[in-house]
Amino acid sequence: MATPDLTGYRDKLKCSFPELDNVFTDCMENAVARLSQRGRDDYLAGASLICGIGRGFEPVLVYLEDMPEVAEKLGEGMLSLVSETVWTLSRTPNGNAIPAFLDTIAEAARRLGSQELLCRYVDMMLDMMDRTTGSIHGFHTTLSSPGLPVLLNQMPYLLSQLSLDGVNHWIDYGIDAYPDHPQRQQDYFSLQTADSRAILQRQRHGTLFIDRERSLNLYLTAMWSDKCRFIPYSLGFDDVRKPLPYFDDFGVRVPDVYDDRAGIAGLNRYRALIAHMAAHRRWTTAIFADNYSPAQRLAIEIIEDCRVEFLAMGDYPGLGHLWRALHPKPIEGDCDADSQSCIRHRLAMLSCAILDQDHPYLDPDICQFAERFYAMMEHQTTSEDAASLAVSYIAKTRIQSDQSADVFFTHTEIDYRDDNRHLWKFIELGDEEESFDEADSPPEENEDETPRLPPRHYPEWDYGIKAYRPDWVSLYENLHPAGDGGKIDALLDNNKVLAKRLKQILDRLKPQYYVRQRYQEEGSELDLDIAIRSLIDYRSGVTPDPRINMSHRHDGRDIAVSLLLDLSQSLGQKPDGCDHTLLEISQEAVALLAWAIDRLGDSLAIAGFSSNTRHEVRFQHIMGYGEKWDEPVKARLAAIEPGYSTRMGAALRHAGHSLAARPTDKKLLLVLTDGEPSDIDVADNRLLIEDARKAVQELDRDGIYTYCINLDAHADDYVANIFGGRFTVIDRVERLPEKLAKLFMSLTK
Amino acid sequence: MTGDIDQYRIDSEPFYQPVGDEIALYQAAYSERLPMMIKGPTGSGKSRFIEHMAWRLKRPLITVACNEDMTASDLVGRYLLDADGTRWLDGPLTVAARFGAICYLDEIVEARQDTTVVIHPLTDHRRTLPIDKKGELIAAHEDFQLVISYNPGYQSLIKDLKQSTKQRFTSLLFDYADAGMEAGIVATETGCDVELAKKLVKVAGTARNLKGHGLDEGISTRLLVYAARLIDQNIDPIAACRMAMVEPITDDGDIRDTLHHAIDAVFG
Repeated sequence: MATPDLTGYRDKLKCSFPELDNVFTDCMENAVARLSQRGRDDYLAGASLICGIGRGFEPVLVYLEDMPEVAEKLGEGMLSLVSETVWTLSRTPNGNAIPAFLDTIAEAARRLGSQELLCRYVDMMLDMMDRTTGSIHGFHTTLSSPGLPVLLNQMPYLLSQLSLDGVNHWIDYGIDAYPDHPQRQQDYFSLQTADSRAILQRQRHGTLFIDRERSLNLYLTAMWSDKCRFIPYSLGFDDVRKPLPYFDDFGVRVPDVYDDRAGIAGLNRYRALIAHMAAHRRWTTAIFADNYSPAQRLAIEIIEDCRVEFLAMGDYPGLGHLWRALHPKPIEGDCDADSQSCIRHRLAMLSCAILDQDHPYLDPDICQFAERFYAMMEHQTTSEDAASLAVSYIAKTRIQSDQSADVFFTHTEIDYRDDNRHLWKFIELGDEEESFDEADSPPEENEDETPRLPPRHYPEWDYGIKAYRPDWVSLYENLHPAGDGGKIDALLDNNKVLAKRLKQILDRLKPQYYVRQRYQEEGSELDLDIAIRSLIDYRSGVTPDPRINMSHRHDGRDIAVSLLLDLSQSLGQKPDGCDHTLLEISQEAVALLAWAIDRLGDSLAIAGFSSNTRHEVRFQHIMGYGEKWDEPVKARLAAIEPGYSTRMGAALRHAGHSLAARPTDKKLLLVLTDGEPSDIDVADNRLLIEDARKAVQELDRDGIYTYCINLDAHADDYVANIFGGRFTVIDRVERLPEKLAKLFMSLTK
Repeated sequence: MTGDIDQYRIDSEPFYQPVGDEIALYQAAYSERLPMMIKGPTGSGKSRFIEHMAWRLKRPLITVACNEDMTASDLVGRYLLDADGTRWLDGPLTVAARFGAICYLDEIVEARQDTTVVIHPLTDHRRTLPIDKKGELIAAHEDFQLVISYNPGYQSLIKDLKQSTKQRFTSLLFDYADAGMEAGIVATETGCDVELAKKLVKVAGTARNLKGHGLDEGISTRLLVYAARLIDQNIDPIAACRMAMVEPITDDGDIRDTLHHAIDAVFG
């Protein structure tokens, strides 16, 4: 191809950096080769625009170098899109992000692969910038976005891990969580914080271990009659040294996510891995490592892997398909034995040859040892047999270059096998025995006097990003301290008249376990009275009543009720025109309800909740399902005190968690509250309302009927939003005791 | 329910593969006319064993499948109306007691506890059946024996036998046969080859490991027989196993996935 005349182009590029002349020819030749005439004009116009923003030569250079390739791949519309975006950026306080932005374009184009997606990517960046760029007076934006440059630096990694949608969610989350906190925002976008990583993890593509944990546990139990704890580790953050799966006494370490590979779905890759490890657990016994050289150990591990897989395939031939598909296929002759260490290559070929009888290898040693392996497997074998075969293989094939530091790794990593640390035991344990850690002092006594349960973590729904914030809320459950139970008895005495009325209703509600149904045409037994009457009718020529049978039916109540009390600060108020605080009225109402439910024989749990930021949601146990309505329970109820805020979602989830485990037919969760969900660490009230609404939906899904009794006369706005139609707003608070008990009965009639 | 007692006789030998000495034990119990309780998971051969023993002892066998709506009159008998007034009809228990059959109450715990009390006088030294509605006291025929079966696995707390009922029976505990023998049973029952039967048993073994992890019962020998029959109809073994052995026992997606994978792994 003739060298095109570039002088005309240089004139079109309005840019006078002296460095430009050194690179222009190369860049332009590249552009001419890749772009149409129109594209070249756009290219030069774009470069001129970037030159004019006054950010030095570097942005221009990046644009000139990268854009022809991007435009060729995704279309020439990209040329003006990128230059105009850079121009837009330069009109904001975020000029410092321009080089980083340009740097990401080439990578983003490669990863995203379509014009449409790249446009969305650019829009996403601009949107992120708009939402995080601050202003002091609320009029002109003056503060640069703290997160944008760090985000752009992370972008290649993010795109390698997530789809564009995933990145978008992750960014949205960061903006919503840290809008007013520049330092935290930077930490988030540079992947320094735990929640940042956790959200990233949720958005990963591929099969997430946590989604499949139960399935894999079932797999291990069903096919291997084995039990162990799985501990996932992350592949995402350790670039230098990729961790490998392994197992020890504490559990089985598995990657947290598997993409589909070689036509094998992520779940089946997990199964392949777990089957391999389960086979080791069944058939491998540890052998002493001290007497073997590193090369011998490597070979022993490979042969032992093959041995347990061979045994496993005897039971489950189908596993062979999985393993063969996942096993790398080293190509004979790839490794140059004169300059590189080929030991891994040779062993991977041997392993491949053993696993797949139709292997393509011609090397006589490999063929011979594969045959010897099969011959060995015709008898009972142990790990020692595998070791002796491996040692003789190494003795036969050893060459000088095996010692070389330049090890040939291509196609030798078998990712469904563990690192075999369980295979080795050591005669000399090393120097660690003389450890200094074993100090003479006894372990520190825990001085905490009250036994506490460890916190439970619950997710919280973020309506903004339409996703759960994983493990967002820490909930502490403890036994409520006891007070004077006599107080409750006194309250009940005050309500004697009401109690009497309730008792009449209760007696009608009380289950008659076995009820006779008369006048049935089809029934289990002849109802003689009716039958004789019919017979008489028949004999006397009147049409007899054919309904002469009777049957029986069960009439039992099988209900578990959980009553959740909002113990937030507002409960201490006295409503207008009332002598008692809301707290006292609630105590009275709860006491009456508990008494009524106890009479009915339904199982009841009572708990109070309050919250002090997401790190401390208190869930106070007042009465458990197994407990009777007696002195200790009354004493706990008497001692309840208002305090802190109302984070309802987590409390609902926790109450639902124990209620869902009840074996009853009907499950009812009553929430007694006096205000909308709120907490001091949440500025946007709608967030907690939406979270509570989501929690109610989750409970619904688990077959739990949720009902809210609200003491806030203005509750209609939000309570319908959370509970749908299932709520009552009590306007005259002093009638709560009566209302609550009656409400319960009508709900469960 | 009276009528021809011979209809309850079993003419040809039902196939039964003894697992231990249960035949001898049963024969001894029968010669003393001791009531018998057969326990074991579903599809483990309880009913087949009773049929086999009835054939072996040459006694008629009257089987009652118990259910929750069953009343005492379903066992003992009831008055019916006809043109001339009322007429008494013997229930299955009464027929068995009159004519000396083996009365087999299958899944006895499904019946309510107060119903099962009517068997008490028949199962102790009295061996009588009072019919209060009719005012009759039947002394049981000397060949009469009462057998109940009961599956302790899946019953709830409520569905259990009263101690006073339990303590009237001698009991045999059934379980699935070990792998080799179970394969033999499936092969004999269906005529399939032993290799196939072994694979089916292997799949069943994986499901039995999951009992208590979301499965109430493992795959029974009966389902293995069904699967083998489907395969005999030229159905692909994997499809047959899914149809006969996975879908009936679970609605849980994870368990179904796991069992599907187990089938794929076993059939390669």
